[in-house]
Amino acid sequence: MSAHAEALHGGDHHGPPAANQSSRIPPTILGMFLFIGTEAMLFGSFFAAYFFVRVVNPDAPDTWPPHPFEFPKFVAGINTAILVTSSFTMHWALQSIKRNNRRGLQAGLLLTILMGSAFLLTQFIEYAHIGFNTGDGAFASVFFGLTGLHGAHVLVGLLLLTFATIRAFRGHYSPEHHHGVELPGIYWHFVDVMWIVVYVTVYLI
Amino acid sequence: MRNPFKSEESAFRFLLGTIAYFALIVIASLIATWLAFVVFIVLTCVAFAMLRGGRKQPAPGEHIEHVAVEDTWRVLVIANETLHGDRLREEIVRMSAGVAEDVLVVCPALNSKVRTWTSDEDGARDAARARLDAALETLRGAGLRVRGEIGDGDPLQALEDALRSFSADAIIISTHPAGSSNWLERGVVEAARARVDVPVTHVIGDTTISVASDEAETASRA
Repeated sequence: MSAHAEALHGGDHHGPPAANQSSRIPPTILGMFLFIGTEAMLFGSFFAAYFFVRVVNPDAPDTWPPHPFEFPKFVAGINTAILVTSSFTMHWALQSIKRNNRRGLQAGLLLTILMGSAFLLTQFIEYAHIGFNTGDGAFASVFFGLTGLHGAHVLVGLLLLTFATIRAFRGHYSPEHHHGVELPGIYWHFVDVMWIVVYVTVYLI
Repeated sequence: MRNPFKSEESAFRFLLGTIAYFALIVIASLIATWLAFVVFIVLTCVAFAMLRGGRKQPAPGEHIEHVAVEDTWRVLVIANETLHGDRLREEIVRMSAGVAEDVLVVCPALNSKVRTWTSDEDGARDAARARLDAALETLRGAGLRVRGEIGDGDPLQALEDALRSFSADAIIISTHPAGSSNWLERGVVEAARARVDVPVTHVIGDTTISVASDEAETASRA
């Protein structure tokens, strides 16, 4: 044992030494950095495929989506509004627990789950009625790939929110300790941001 | 650079910003394609500027009280690549002349930012350990009572960490000359003087330039 360690522990220390953590970035923030990085690369690869199919490809169709297919812009727009609203309820839930308003937390989380589920359900219905399938060309593969990837993220977000909601109803979380709501909240907003990018680039532009 | 997903609140603000960003681009595209392109360029520049605007303010000065130990002159040395310098050894010997010295050499484990972020610091600690061991051998050969530690990659953090368990009477920070010293560029010496209530002496590598901050205090130790 070094002299420094002896000074700290009086030469009577048992068990493993304390973990060395030289990095001044807290592990949770570092984890979020790495997570956002991987997600950006994952979505980035899908967007690269999308722009290749639509722009770089010399055989790219003149219209998007190629004739005679159509994207349900209006329904997707309503779905976008639902998802964006769910971010507001998520934010309300977290602000509520910060003010020690447990009812607000529970209501906010439930509304967020409800709207997230409505988004997913609407997307499934959209898939069923959209009139093309993955075998109808590269554009269809990219469309289902991008929107499906996002849908998978929504599903994961709903699972996280469900866990947070169960804990909220079991009396967990307080104004001082609400990390278990904050992290799913960050994830949910990230999923919303990605959907806005997907909706604008794939459906609108 | 500001991390927009640092907290739920900042992520929510980022979402609102994203909505505004794309809404303006879509509205512009309905008017004219070139206008959408211009709006896209302008808004992207604004977004980058806002994200870069989150530069962290330097930490406020923190005064660390030290309690001197009677009859012993305790010297804390912070150095890494200049540990082998003759100038540093001479300065330690000069400070320790005629007193019962207790010298603690702290060698910050210098590391790249990416490796620091990912806590991949084994290589940096090994390199610092090798330098430290060689320097300790040299200093002990000069008759000094000296011991060493590997410190945080940030020299100021390493200094503060050491001071919490070692009540130094004097601090020596050894760096490369100005122009080739990363520590000097970051103002480590000035920050250390502002932060701790202990005389800080700056030794520059092997080039015999020494900026002693509190010569009077150093001289009065005996």
